[in-house]
Amino acid sequence: MTVAAVEVELAGIRLRNPFLLASGIWGESGESLKGAFDAGAGGVITKSIGAEPRDGYPNPTIEAYDTWGMLNAMGLPNPGIEEYPREIAVALSAGVPTIGSVFAGDADSFADVAKRMAATGVLALELNLSCPHAKGLGSEVGSDPAEVERVVRAVVCAVSVPVIAKITPNTADPVALGLAAERGGAAAISAINTLRALAIDLTLRRPVLAHGLGGLSGAAIKPVGVAIVWQLYEALRIPIVGVGGIRTADDAIEYALAGARAVEVGTAVAFGGIGVFGRLASELPLRLDALGFSSWAAAVGAAHPRSASAGRTA
Amino acid sequence: MRTVVPVVERVVETPSTITLRFDDPRTARPGQFVMLWIPGDDELPMSLAYVGARKGVTVKAMGSTSRHILDIPVGAPVGIRGPYGTSFDVSPGRILLVGGGSGTAVLAPAAEAALANGSTVTAALGATTRAELLFEQRLRSAGASIAIATDDGSAGERGYVTKLVEGLLAENEFDVVWTCGPEVMMQKVIAAARPKHVEVVCSVERHMKCALGMCDACSLGPYHVCVDGPVFPADRIASLPEFGRSKRAPSGRSVPA
Ligand SMILES: Cc1cc2nc3c(=O)[nH]c(=O)nc-3n(C[C@H](O)[C@H](O)[C@H](O)COP(=O)(O)OP(=O)(O)OC[C@H]3O[C@@H](n4cnc5c(N)ncnc54)[C@H](O)[C@@H]3O)c2cc1C
Ligand SMILES: Cc1cc2nc3c(=O)[nH]c(=O)nc-3n(C[C@H](O)[C@H](O)[C@H](O)COP(=O)(O)O)c2cc1C
Ligand code: FES
Repeated sequence: MTVAAVEVELAGIRLRNPFLLASGIWGESGESLKGAFDAGAGGVITKSIGAEPRDGYPNPTIEAYDTWGMLNAMGLPNPGIEEYPREIAVALSAGVPTIGSVFAGDADSFADVAKRMAATGVLALELNLSCPHAKGLGSEVGSDPAEVERVVRAVVCAVSVPVIAKITPNTADPVALGLAAERGGAAAISAINTLRALAIDLTLRRPVLAHGLGGLSGAAIKPVGVAIVWQLYEALRIPIVGVGGIRTADDAIEYALAGARAVEVGTAVAFGGIGVFGRLASELPLRLDALGFSSWAAAVGAAHPRSASAGRTA
Repeated sequence: MRTVVPVVERVVETPSTITLRFDDPRTARPGQFVMLWIPGDDELPMSLAYVGARKGVTVKAMGSTSRHILDIPVGAPVGIRGPYGTSFDVSPGRILLVGGGSGTAVLAPAAEAALANGSTVTAALGATTRAELLFEQRLRSAGASIAIATDDGSAGERGYVTKLVEGLLAENEFDVVWTCGPEVMMQKVIAAARPKHVEVVCSVERHMKCALGMCDACSLGPYHVCVDGPVFPADRIASLPEFGRSKRAPSGRSVPA
């Protein structure tokens, strides 16, 4: 019996499987990044790092629902780009394919922190354009196509590693954001970040999270992510990284069918432990086989009418 | 899931420490903790000092939120999620318990469960002064023998509780030592038990946000204290460069412990 190949190449990076650790999960310490790779991830994306240390919002920062989803308003806590290279060094010296996530408030500051992140030796950058709950940061930058293009172009000019633009779903037209990032020179697009959401306690009559609004992640957002990946695939030429609600190999294959070249996994770690990566990696070839795909690559974009995928490299 | 419940009892334990009791039917084991939300203020990890249906947390005034907790009256609503984390193995044995300050809060329910299972328990309790001794009476009535050290000598021996530990280990046979308190204290306990080949189990603290093993706020070497701990066999953590030396600030920066 042949077993479907699951290696992928994303923006010049070779990954042993398409499962990347999503930004913000297990990403503050180098040992955790290494731990996620050891558990089976194909590669890891760091916590989003900014120019200065940030404590993030006060607790409660998380509202967890029964496995279908989770609300968070962490507020981009991070040790700052001055301190963080020592964590990346731990992951890189262990041979972990590491993508550095960065955030900033405008194009110039994005270019600045991106340059310093690239200098750590990460294989690529992911720009967090889409954090929906950091006042004055993510959302405002990431929901305006013109600003997205400016930020991506500034970063692409400043660094020599591939740049992945992570876009927000909190917009009427995600495709416009994807096209803007592509025009700016992005090597790939990742979608989606969390959906703006709110939880209110009935007895207290107040929002649960200290910040009020938060971002929804987990199983509940998978169909939204799949739809946006689908639309991006129809409109863009660069590869797409699917993220949102992936818990099983079938979830990942659904993203692949919609057009995702690789996927990221976040919230599933909270409900299934870091062992979820090992389970996904071992399930994937079996499920691809059962569904009649010779490889992961063969599944990418396979649900689209042939015309849409013609001429693409995926 | 989070529940919001009223405080049903408030007990002053020492001048700086109170216990809040609330009803929550979820099963909990001694050593586990909850995320305690004070609406309008912070949400903090708190060990369960009582693990039955009427649960309780015992809180010492440290910073602004814990001081606020000391003022919470009966009837006020608090948010609870959990219980989370690992627990003490309360199967029968000869147990030495070493608690520094509010660290005794998490050891008390474990001692009660172990005693109910037929264990013998010796509790070495440390505090700054007599009035700050926590759960001495509770442990005594559960059947533990008690040894005390206070910084000012107002009760028991003058000095640190770790001084008592060396003597207790020399004069008695123990199967295991359970300890919770400042990490420098726990390091001394581990060092004292090592030559006797007595296993040590520690309850440790790190900054927590999600308590779900996801956000990485509580990382300690390769572990996440919220799911791999807070109760660890000492041999898993004693040799980590962070233990007793550094912890992570809310930003994730490594800072001196
Ligand atoms: C698993 C665990 C169990 C605990 N059990 C108890 C207990 O039974 N009784 C008790 O009195 N205390 C306990 N604590 C400590 C408690 O969570 C607080 O750290 C303490 O009450 C001080 O909080 P503060 O906001 O008043 O202080 P602050 O002035 O805000 O800070 C003082 C210290 O508290 C720490 N702290 C603040 N927020 C958090 C947080 N979200 N997570 C962890 N540490 C934090 C800070 O890092 C700092 O070291 C426990 C901590 C952990 C991790
Ligand atoms: C606790 C938490 C923290 C996150 N932090 C970041 C972050 O720092 N940067 C970022 O780009 N995305 C962040 N995200 C979004 C995730 O990377 C991901 O896009 C989203 O959660 C959807 O995927 P999931 O359903 O697999 O979690 C965070 C998500 C969660 C739940
Ligand atoms: S508190 Fe988030 S991983 Fe432990």
